[in-house]
Amino acid sequence: MTEATQYQEINDLLSKNQHYKEGFYTQTAVETFEKGLNETVIRAISAKKNEPQWMLDFRLKAFEHWKKMPEPHWAKAEYEPLDYQDYSYYSAPECNQCAVDEDEPVEEGIDPEVAKAFAALGVPLDGSGESDVAVDAIFDSVSVSTTKREELSKLGIIFCSFSEAVQEYPELVQQYLGTVVPHHDNYFAALNSAVASDGTFVYVPEGVRCPVDLSTYFRINEAKTGQFERTILIAEKGSYVSYLEGCSAPVRDTYQLHAAVVEVIVHERAEVKYSTVQNWYPGDEDCEGGILNFVTKRGVCEGDHAKLSWTQAETGSAITWKYPSCVLKGDHSIGEFYSVALTNRRQQADTGTKMIHLGKNTRSTIISKGLSAGHSDNTYRGLVRILPGADNARNFTQCDSMLIGNQCGAHTFPYIEVENPSAQMEHEATTSRIGEDQLFYCQQRGISEQDAISMIVNGFCKDVFSELPLEFAQEAEELLAVSLEGSVG
Amino acid sequence: MLLNVENLHAEVAEGGQPILKGLNLQVEPGEVHAIMGPNGAGKSTLSSVLAGRDDYEVTDGSAQFDGEDLLEMDPEERARKGVFLAFQYPVEIPGVSNKLFMQTAVNAVREERGQAPLDMFDFDEYAQSKMSTLNMRPDLLERSVNVGFSGGEKKRNDMYQMALLEPKLCIMDETDSGLDIDALKVVAKGVNALRSPERSFLVVTHYQRLLDYIKPDVVHVLYDGKIVKSGGFELVEKLENEGYDQIIQSHETGQ
Repeated sequence: MTEATQYQEINDLLSKNQHYKEGFYTQTAVETFEKGLNETVIRAISAKKNEPQWMLDFRLKAFEHWKKMPEPHWAKAEYEPLDYQDYSYYSAPECNQCAVDEDEPVEEGIDPEVAKAFAALGVPLDGSGESDVAVDAIFDSVSVSTTKREELSKLGIIFCSFSEAVQEYPELVQQYLGTVVPHHDNYFAALNSAVASDGTFVYVPEGVRCPVDLSTYFRINEAKTGQFERTILIAEKGSYVSYLEGCSAPVRDTYQLHAAVVEVIVHERAEVKYSTVQNWYPGDEDCEGGILNFVTKRGVCEGDHAKLSWTQAETGSAITWKYPSCVLKGDHSIGEFYSVALTNRRQQADTGTKMIHLGKNTRSTIISKGLSAGHSDNTYRGLVRILPGADNARNFTQCDSMLIGNQCGAHTFPYIEVENPSAQMEHEATTSRIGEDQLFYCQQRGISEQDAISMIVNGFCKDVFSELPLEFAQEAEELLAVSLEGSVG
Repeated sequence: MLLNVENLHAEVAEGGQPILKGLNLQVEPGEVHAIMGPNGAGKSTLSSVLAGRDDYEVTDGSAQFDGEDLLEMDPEERARKGVFLAFQYPVEIPGVSNKLFMQTAVNAVREERGQAPLDMFDFDEYAQSKMSTLNMRPDLLERSVNVGFSGGEKKRNDMYQMALLEPKLCIMDETDSGLDIDALKVVAKGVNALRSPERSFLVVTHYQRLLDYIKPDVVHVLYDGKIVKSGGFELVEKLENEGYDQIIQSHETGQ
């Protein structure tokens, strides 16, 4: 495909997608808990999932702690204090566990309406065919389908929903749950620990290179329902896995809460690539009713020469509050963070990373590209910490911001704490603007304004998109084009 | 007639300060016109208005390009129909390669002409063929548009774009400003290479020296938003000897 036809395609896409195209709502029989949060609700969630005692204890411990914590408001994003009693903490398609109707040619146990919704989102649930991706599809509080499991299990790879893992692999879950993100880590992590709905569990055994990309697609469907997934990913010695996640939600008029926790454990010489394309509903023109995306993602490079890369394209949500982090414990371990965050309208994003260097000769790279348009605010907040034992640690940080229009804001808060004199730190930052001059220059050469913006923005994001798996890179480019629509003039 | 500007009035969009006050200009295909004038006469405004920059608002008059109403068109439409503006300060676009930029532009123009788009290979061949005429450095295509280019390189890049787009009317907006004599010669050489019976030039300049290398057919003196004197190349020599003052004085006493 030539680059010119590529833009043609983005243009076609633009004309089709005047609005948030994932904004549809699926009508199906659901079981939703009454609104409200208390110990009874937590016990009910746990009972619903038939959980062992240790899991219930974990929840209750976290809930006790959460009640004592204040809601955090330090991020550069403003929101009214949330009424946690006004959300429902469990919702699932009723038919999910029901027997299959003999006449219905649908995937085992999946509500046909839910299957349709995922098909419309372009998420293949049949697990067959040419697809190079194994998918775990999560609909509100439960995982509805996990594909390619048998194929993977031959290699000893466990890829299932978190709830199943609690039942099937309790020792593994118990061994790792809360070790990277403890239940008391922060307000939303505590809330997640208490009411965790579902999530994905990945285990890659020693020396195994996972042959396909593993992927989770999160879908919030019910109104006034919080989604609190817990994802745990374990890469044993010398293994490799690439994991992708995508998200969307229907158009709503009230804020919806999404507070996920992701824990990644990377052992000696293992490598994990964790990619996210986040397209939660951003809300209406004033971002009323969008998703509040308050997420804790953290990974630990446990062993020597372990490597963890976070790549994210954040385009949705009314507010994003997210700092995928790497704890570099093993000597020679490597942490990477590549991020594109786009805000338009009145979206607010406060995102970045933490690189905690503990081991010797550890290295971290941070490339952050923030794009702000409309009346939005886009903040990079990052911490690089070199502890006393981390001899010869190195960090390279590059934070670039681009402003589109003159009503938006870009902010950078880099924190650097160095406690070892042998550390080498580099920090580069730029702020630029898609100016009227650039647009006019393109137009004077015959290029339309929309093509010019796509071209400039994609050029700006190139370093990060090249880190995404191929299909995701294209999706991210398309999302940028759609999200930027009407951002100038 | 390629360009027919009649009684053109334009003001700054923000603030409404009138700049062009009844300008007339007729350009036939193949002609090279020079627009000269002191600072503040409205030279750059004329270039901007013809190219469609929205910093200025046309309040009266008309401009026909190739028989069509130029003022009705968007800037990109004008470009596709063959109006090219060489910028006084070519703009930098980080992260976008010259190649992608020009391929997109060339294909936009080709679409307008009803030609099939050039794919990467065809475009590369086309780009190389135009490169030799302008002594361009071969790495230029791979670099981001104008980023890290010297003043001379930027102007040369603009000439190169002009060669690729093959416009009907080339407006040179004080292209000579900030150029040393060698760079000036390169620009002039580029322009002369592109002269043809179908292509017209509007060379807007404050100084005479560019016109020593690009010989214009017609020379206009712009003052206070109007063309106050037109003539042949001898007008350039007159200006060189006497400056603008005398022409302006005789214009003002004549009113």
